[in-house]
Parts: sequence; structure tokens; C-alpha cells
Amino acid sequence: MTNATTQTSKTTQRRQTFKRLIALIFSQYKGWLVIAFIAIIISALAGVAGSLFIQRLIDDYVLPLMRSNHPNYGPLLEAILIMGALFYTGVLATVAYSQIMAVLGQRIQKSIRDQMFTKMESLPLRYFDENDYGNVMSRYTNDVDTLTQLITQSFPQFIVATFNVVFALVAMVSLSPILTLISLLIFATSIVIVRWLTARSSKYFRAQQASIGSLNAFIEEMLNGQKVIKVFSHEATVKQEFDQYNDDLRNDARLANGFSTMLFPIMGNLGNLLYVLIAIAGGALAITHASLLTLGTIAAFLQLSRSFSQPIAQISQQLNAIIQAMAGAGRIFQLLDEAPEADSGTVTLTQKGETWCWQDGDKQLPVRGQISFKDVSFEYPNSDAGLHDISFDVEAGEKIALVGETGAGKTTITNMLNRFYDIDSGQITYDGINITRINKEALRRSVAIVLQETHLFSGTIADNIRYGRMTATDDEVIAAAKLANADKFIETLPDKYETQITGNGSELSSGQQQMLSIARAALVDPPVMILDEATSNIDSRTEQLVQAGMDNLMTGRTTFAIAHRLSTVFNADLILVIGDGRIVESGTHEALLAKHGKYYELYTGALGG
Amino acid sequence: MLHTLMQSIREYKRMTIISPILVVAEAAIETFIPFLMAAIIDQGIRPGNLNLVVRVGLLLLVMALFSLVMGAGASWVSSQAAAGYAKNLRQDLFYHIQTFSFQNLDQFSTSSLVTRLTTDITNIQTAYQMLIRIAFRAPSMLIFSIVMAFTVNAEMAWLFVIVVPILAVGLVTIVSKSRPLFRQVFKRYDQLNRVVRENLRGIRVVKTYGQQDSETAKFKAASGNIFKVFSKAQRIVALNMPLMQLVINTTMLLLSWFGAKLIVGKQLEVGQFVSLFSYSTSILFSLNMLSMIFSQLSVSQASAERVVEVLNSESAIADKPDARTDVANGAIDFERVSFRYPGTKKDQLHDVDLHIKSGQTIGIIGETGTSKSTLVELIPRLYDATAGTVRVAGQDVRDYDLKTLRDNVSVVLQTTTLFSGTIRDNLKWGDADATDEEIQHAAQLAQADGFIQTLPQGYDTPLEQTGQNVSGGQKQRLTIARALLKHPKILILDNATSATDTNTEAKIWQAFRHEMPDVTKLIITQRLGGIVDADKILIMAGGKIAAAGTHSELLAENEWYRQLYDTQTKRGGGQHD
Repeated sequence: MTNATTQTSKTTQRRQTFKRLIALIFSQYKGWLVIAFIAIIISALAGVAGSLFIQRLIDDYVLPLMRSNHPNYGPLLEAILIMGALFYTGVLATVAYSQIMAVLGQRIQKSIRDQMFTKMESLPLRYFDENDYGNVMSRYTNDVDTLTQLITQSFPQFIVATFNVVFALVAMVSLSPILTLISLLIFATSIVIVRWLTARSSKYFRAQQASIGSLNAFIEEMLNGQKVIKVFSHEATVKQEFDQYNDDLRNDARLANGFSTMLFPIMGNLGNLLYVLIAIAGGALAITHASLLTLGTIAAFLQLSRSFSQPIAQISQQLNAIIQAMAGAGRIFQLLDEAPEADSGTVTLTQKGETWCWQDGDKQLPVRGQISFKDVSFEYPNSDAGLHDISFDVEAGEKIALVGETGAGKTTITNMLNRFYDIDSGQITYDGINITRINKEALRRSVAIVLQETHLFSGTIADNIRYGRMTATDDEVIAAAKLANADKFIETLPDKYETQITGNGSELSSGQQQMLSIARAALVDPPVMILDEATSNIDSRTEQLVQAGMDNLMTGRTTFAIAHRLSTVFNADLILVIGDGRIVESGTHEALLAKHGKYYELYTGALGG
Repeated sequence: MLHTLMQSIREYKRMTIISPILVVAEAAIETFIPFLMAAIIDQGIRPGNLNLVVRVGLLLLVMALFSLVMGAGASWVSSQAAAGYAKNLRQDLFYHIQTFSFQNLDQFSTSSLVTRLTTDITNIQTAYQMLIRIAFRAPSMLIFSIVMAFTVNAEMAWLFVIVVPILAVGLVTIVSKSRPLFRQVFKRYDQLNRVVRENLRGIRVVKTYGQQDSETAKFKAASGNIFKVFSKAQRIVALNMPLMQLVINTTMLLLSWFGAKLIVGKQLEVGQFVSLFSYSTSILFSLNMLSMIFSQLSVSQASAERVVEVLNSESAIADKPDARTDVANGAIDFERVSFRYPGTKKDQLHDVDLHIKSGQTIGIIGETGTSKSTLVELIPRLYDATAGTVRVAGQDVRDYDLKTLRDNVSVVLQTTTLFSGTIRDNLKWGDADATDEEIQHAAQLAQADGFIQTLPQGYDTPLEQTGQNVSGGQKQRLTIARALLKHPKILILDNATSATDTNTEAKIWQAFRHEMPDVTKLIITQRLGGIVDADKILIMAGGKIAAAGTHSELLAENEWYRQLYDTQTKRGGGQHD
């Protein structure tokens, strides 16, 4: 694609985003926006009227008064009072529109954020795997912020400035077409200069954005490895590399800011230039009587030229802000347009006392935990990794150990079971029901996972355990904690179950965090469990506690364990050896050992890495 | 604080001074223009003196051009100075972080340092440019305009003396009422960010337990909290514009009334009257500009404080003058060594005595939190002992040059950090001049050569920043190879083989024994398999060496050791991770 076509497609894209944004705002707040719009026009009119007033003041009141011997100030006072009324109406109009836009901006901000989050919660896991978290976070903050700025400031200022220019132009033409011509000449010059400056500065602003990005990535990587840098006395090399990134950024920043900040003094002084030209031309015309220019007209023109040149700089600045905000709005819409996780499942879960049942139309079947994979294949998008022709049957209550090297596809198999990803072909059944017929929420409630990496949420310890079942009583929470062996350490904490966890539970050791996530699963008491055994460095005693907790959790339910522990493998009813997304071998420990195949190799070496 | 920050100006001093000079000159010319304009009207147009109109007019044109050039020049120069200053400050900050000891690094989180180096410095750059440009322009315009107004007509100028304080009070009220609200908004943003972050990271948990609705409710509460305060703050700030309009309009009306009377009374000329309109606008706008500068600078002040905080925290560990630059051998001695983190009350290590001969292999075991890592990190001075002495080759570690010491004491840290670049680049961290043979040899010893050879690009395989193309165990072996390339006299492995399978681990130990008999080796591990034939095994407990001895000695004498050994062997030859 050539540069020109990319440019046009970008512009059309921007235009579409803009249209959509306007539609979004209008659809919700039409009435308020109309009021704000009217207020903006009134405010702009009052401004121009002020400039025109000078002409009348001088020509109709001051000069006649100077000539009269007995000056009568009555008409002047009257004119000033009328003008005052107009002025203060203008002020009230400004109050109205700026207050409306401030509140609307905030309302829209909140509503867009809420929509984004609601959408995000409905997205399939793929979205979370494919998108950089920092990037997603910045849509909630930076992008929404610029959008709000656009609504509360840029839009109104842009409209006010445009009206100011138009009204001022009309007023100027009515006062003196010749002086207007001079003004337009300066106007044209300023447009050319503005366009040149903004083109330059936005080019370097883009470059600056890219430089900040690479500097950021460099700093992040180096600071994360700062201790290694120390250990290897590598400071000098790192400093040298840093200087390169830093110099690049400086160069782009100085050019970007240089061109953009020059805009205002240049525009301001072009205004001064216009001011002077009007005085000379106006004076010359008046003195030579080439035109019927009064003193008042010249004075009014001088004032008008101010309210003409300043808005032009404003318009160009706001245009830039609008273009920048469109990029952010585009990213927001992109998130809002993501397709939510599809769910056509109609089979739901009901609970009858202690037992769980499938509710399939009018039929009720008890949940047992029998799982079958039949010729299941799957490929991750943009990757060769996946599964090929996976078939196996698991009876209710059986223990399955998945073993194999890193990246072999063990986790992928479990991801298919709770439909974090959907299979490409084949079939998975749960108690004989095709899992695509089961409502996703019900399916996931019946398949709990204890992940290798524990995720805790801010809140108390009790809140975190209760995450599995919000309605659980305190006694149930404590019972679950006991089952997970977590009760003991919780009791030693200052606030026990009410201890606050901030961030990602950094105040707990990783073993303790794992025990909490086991307790969380225990509270749900699901018929099927997926356990991803941790490889993290926890000391032997804590590990024994964690494993005892896991063992407690496994009893009496179908369990898929991504195994790193030998005891898990020994006790499994079925071992699936996974390699390159296929089942390489399957059977019990003894049978597989006797085979002297892949399992034997792994067993004598390692069970994964 | 200012003193610290000013040290980064350096080569941009000249530009930093030129910018305000240009700005003040521009302001002076600009305020003089309306004055001459009055002359054109009063002495040129009204009496019909075309000659004067043209002469003064041309002078004004030249002045306007001058002012344009100076204004644009000031913008350009101030941008150069600010971008340059930001570069220097960022460099100073980054260089300073490079001098940090582990203790300093523990104090600041990585993400907070990144923010300081990027966002905070960008804020300071904006503030710097503002300081050397607009912060000079606004007060000069204000003062010059007031002076000119008094020159034109003192009686009328008193009007400004009354109006200005009224506007000032209004502006100050707006700033002071909105600022605490904005501060609250920032805090509430943290809350919102936290919900988003937790949901991004923990989405699997959210979906497993079907908690989308309750998370959405949490989010809506957080965004609602922002809305409440933010809309209040924005409404206050939105009063700024109408306030300005109100004051300017009122001033115009008063000027019109009193001006007209003075003109009729022959105390004021029409042109002067028009110039007073100009002065009134520039006085009031400058005042508004000042209030904007203050609120902007207060935002940057927080950033400046955060940067200075880092710049002012001195590294606790520094080279002595005439430090030793050679390490004779790998002997290690701890003499009554204690260590505690600053600001804490509990010793992490307490009164440790330990003597290791050059070339010995030492295993270190113990539960989490027993300061195993702290013990070994004192040897290359990653931390300094609070009391007692740590010696290497008989010399106090504090007497060595830091680089010399760390080149001779190689530590493989628990966290496996590799950098973007090829495998070869990463291994060369150990020795920048290493030949291909040396690199391969080190990789062979660390049992990494095998898997590197299976990669399509071998040693030139680029590592992703997250290191996703190699497994945890492979990463660990790369970090070991990197450490070996330093040819250290002391090698410390802190849980460096936890994700490596027992088979490979055994091969690594074997290679070490055969190829590096003279290197002192300290091995922290959870698995006993690798250290059963060590010269000595230390059991750490509560910041002390609870027991020490060979495997057979400990097996006979130490109950805890025996139990640990039993549990690990019963499961079939070692614990698997």
C-alpha cells in the first residue's frame, strides 16, 4: 500500500470514529447538547457585540458629547446599561454551556468506562492472551481521559472560536469591506503558517511517542534485571545504551515542542501586525477621505481584529487535540466492538441439597463427573501450538495425570474442558452431554481450577475464599480453609480471616497463596477439578501442607492434574503422556514403565520442565 | 530540592537564560504597541496628519515584526532547553540508579522507578519550559501593562487596581477549591486501575467462578466514585471562563462610562481611551495565565519530589579509595556477622561464624525465610553486614574494588533474568571478550549446549523479552553458563536448578566437580540430591547456622535433616518440580 492511500484510509477511519462518537454522545444527551449549543451561540454573539459597541460609543456618544456645551449623559448611560445586559446574558450563557459540558463529559466518561468493562468481562480468553495488559489499562485511563477533555474543552472551544471568527468577519464586512480585505490577507498567511507548523510538530510528536515507547521498554527491561546488572558489573554498558535512547528522545522532543510552542507567539504577533496595518490603512483612508471611515469604526476594527486572530490559533490547536483524541476513541471502540464469548448452551446447573444436577429442558440428571474427549483437535490462533486427535474417557471420580514437557499441550487440554478456548473439531462430553450444549457459566462452576499462579483480589482473606461462592457462611469458609490447610496460618495473622489483602497478595508467601486458592475451590465443592501443580520454590514443609490440601481436595471427584509431583502420578488412575499436542502414551504407572517409552524417559529424567 | 534539580541544567544554561530575556523583551514591545497606536489616532488621524500616521505606522510594523521574531525565538530556545534539561535529568537519574545497592533497589519498586524516569520527567520538562517562558511572560505583561496604563492616564488606571484583586481572589478560590478534589480523583483512579488490573490478570479465576457480574459491580462503584468527585472538580474549574468574561466585560463598561466623561472633560484623548481597552484585556489575561501556571506547577511539584527522592537516596555501598583489585583465592570467612534491613528491628542474620576453604563445595538448606540468600549475598557485597566482618581470601570484602570482587564472586540469582538479544549476547555478559569456544565450553558445563544446539539458530537465537521461547529450566542453565564465563573464584548458586530436572542437575554438579575443582561453590537448594557429597552442608534456621556437617554426619545427628532426606528419597529419588 502506498503512503497516500494509507493516509486516506486513516482519514476515513478517523472520520468514521468521529461520526460514531458524535452519534454516541447525541443519542444520550440530545436535549442538553441543544441547550449548550444555543448558549455557545449567545456567548459568541455577546462577545462580538462588545467590539461593535466601541464604534457606537465613540461615534454616537463620545464625539457628539465633546462638541456639545451642555453634555447630557443620559443616553450614554442607557446605552451602557443595555450593553451591560447583553454582556451579562453572555456570561450566563457561558456559565450554562461550560457547566453542562463539564458534567456531560464526566457522565460520558463514566458510561464509556462502564461499557468497556462490561464488554471486557464478556470477552473470550483469547483476548486476554493476545493483548498487552498495559495497553488495555491505558484505554481505561489515557484514552478515556483525552476523550473527556475533548468533550468538555475542545468541542465547546472549537465551536465558540468558529462562531467568533464568523461573527467577527460579518461585523468587519459591515463596518468596512476594504479593511476586511487586509484582515483576510493576514488571515490567509496565518492559515499557511499554522498548517506548516502543525504538520511539522505532529510529525515529530509521532516520532517522540515512538522514542518514549522504546526508551520505556529499555528502562523496564533493565530495571527488572537491575540486580543482575549489579552482579555482572555491567553498569557502564547499560549507561551507554541508555544514552542512545535518551538522546533520540531529546531530539524528537525538542523539535516537536519547538514547532508546536512557536504557534502561539507567531499567531499573537500576526495579530499585532494586523492591528498595526488596520491603523495605518484605516488612518490613511480616513484622512484622505477615500472612504467614509469614522474614528469609531477604526477603533471597533482594532478591537475586532483581536477577536479574529486569537480564535484562529485556538481552532488549529483544538483541531490537533481532536485528531489525537480520535486515535484514543478508535481504540475504545475497538474494545467495544470485540465479539463477546459466544454461549448457546442451554443446559444449566441446579443444586438439590448436596447433589448437583444438570437441568436439560425438563430433564434433570445428577452431575457425576464423567468426561470424554473424542478426536479433539485445536489450534491456537497465530501459532502452531495446539492439540491433535485427543481421545480419552474418564469415569466419575477418576484421577488423571497429564505429564509432558513444557509446551506439550497439557494446559491446553484443560483449557478445552472448561471452554476457555473452543475446539476446532471433535467432541467433548460431560456426563454424556456435549459441553457446547452446557451453559458456560454452569460448565465452569462445575469444573474448578487451582492454577499454578494464584490470583488473589483486594479484599479480606474471607472475601477471597468466598470468591467461589458468595453466599457461603463463615463456618463454611473456615471449613474450606481447614481442608486446604490454610486455617493455621490464617489464625496467626493479626486480623485472621478479616486480614486485608492488597494488590496481588504480596504480603503472603506463594505457598500461603496457593492454600487460599485451594480453599476457594474447596468451598465450591465441584464434581470436577483441574489442578495445575506449582513448580515454584516453596520450602519443603509448606509444600507438604499445600500437597496435603490438594490431596484433600482431590478425594471424591474427577481430577485432572498437570503433574509435577511423583506421588500424584503414582496414584493416578490414568496417565496421559502428552507430546507436541498428541497423546503419546497412556496407561498406569506400572504399565507405562514396562513399556520403556516416552514415559520411562521422562520418569528417569524429569517429569517436565 | 531546587539545588538538586538545577544541577542537571549544565550545557543548557545559556539557552535557559536567553529564553526569559527574549520573552521579557517581546512583552515590552507588545505592551508598547497600543501606546503608539494611541498616538496614531490622537496625533495622526484626528488632526489629519497623514505623515505621522505613516511614520509611526512603519515604526509599529517593525516593532511587531521584532516581537514576532523574539516570541518565536523564545519558544524555540525554551523547547531546546527544556528537552535538553529533561535529557540530562533523566540521564542523571538513570546513572544514579546504576549506583544503587540491592538495599536501595529493594526500597523502590521497578514500576515506580520506570514512572519516575518517564512520566515524571516529562512533567518536569513541561514545567521547565513553562518556567523559562510563560512564567516570565505573564508577570511581565501584567506589570508592563499596568505601568503603561498609569502612563496613559493615572486616574483611569486606578480602575485596574480595584478590578485586579477581585479577579485574583476569584481565581485563587477556583484553584484552591478544585485542587484537593483533583488530588482525590487521582487516588480514586488507583482504585479503578486496581479492579481492571486484577481482572486482566485473574480473568481465568473470574470466569471459573462466574464472578463477572460482581466484578462489574465493583468497577461501576469505582467509576462512580470518580464521577462524583471529578464532576465536582470540573464544574469548579469550568467557572474560570465565565469569571474572566464577567470581569473583562465589567471593566469595559466601567472604562466606557468613566472614559467618556474624561474625554468630554478633555482629560483623555480618544486614542488613549482605545489603548486602555487593550491594556485591560492584557492585564486580565495575564492574571488568568498566572493562575494557570500555578496550578500546572503544583502538578509537576509532585513529580519533582518523586525524582529528587531517588536522586537523594545515596547508595550505601561504595568503593574505598585505593581498593584492592585482585582476589587471591576463594576462601570465605564470616566473623560474628549480623545483618538487618534498615528500619527493621529484627536481625536477618545473627552472629554468624563460618569458615570455608578455597575450593570447597558447600550446600545450604533450610526453610523459607531463614536468610539463606542473605547469607550468600553478603559475600559479593550485594548487601553490607550490619556488624562483624565478611572476608574473601582473608581480606575484608569492603577493602576490594567492587567490580573486582563481583567479577571473582559470581552469583546466580534465584530469579532468572535474561535480556533481549541473542543467547550469545546474554552469555557474553559474563565476559564481553569471550571466544565462541569459551562460550560453548561454559554452556557445556551448565548442560545448556545440548538444547541450544537443537534451536534452529543455535547460539544466535534471539531471546524474547519474556524469554518465552525457552523453558524455565533452560533459562536457569543459561544463567549458570553466564556466571561461569566470569571464571570466578567463588560461585554461588541460589536455587539455580529448581526448575531443572534431577538428571541434568546431577550432570551439572558432576561437571563442576571435574572441571572447576579450585572454585569455591556455594549451593542453596531445596533438593538434597545435589549436595549429598558436598564438603559441608549448612542448615539455616532463624538467621543462624543451626547445624553443619557432611551428609553422613547430619544424617546421623540431625533429626530434621533425616526426615527431609526420608521424604525426598521415598518419593523416588528427589522431589520433582
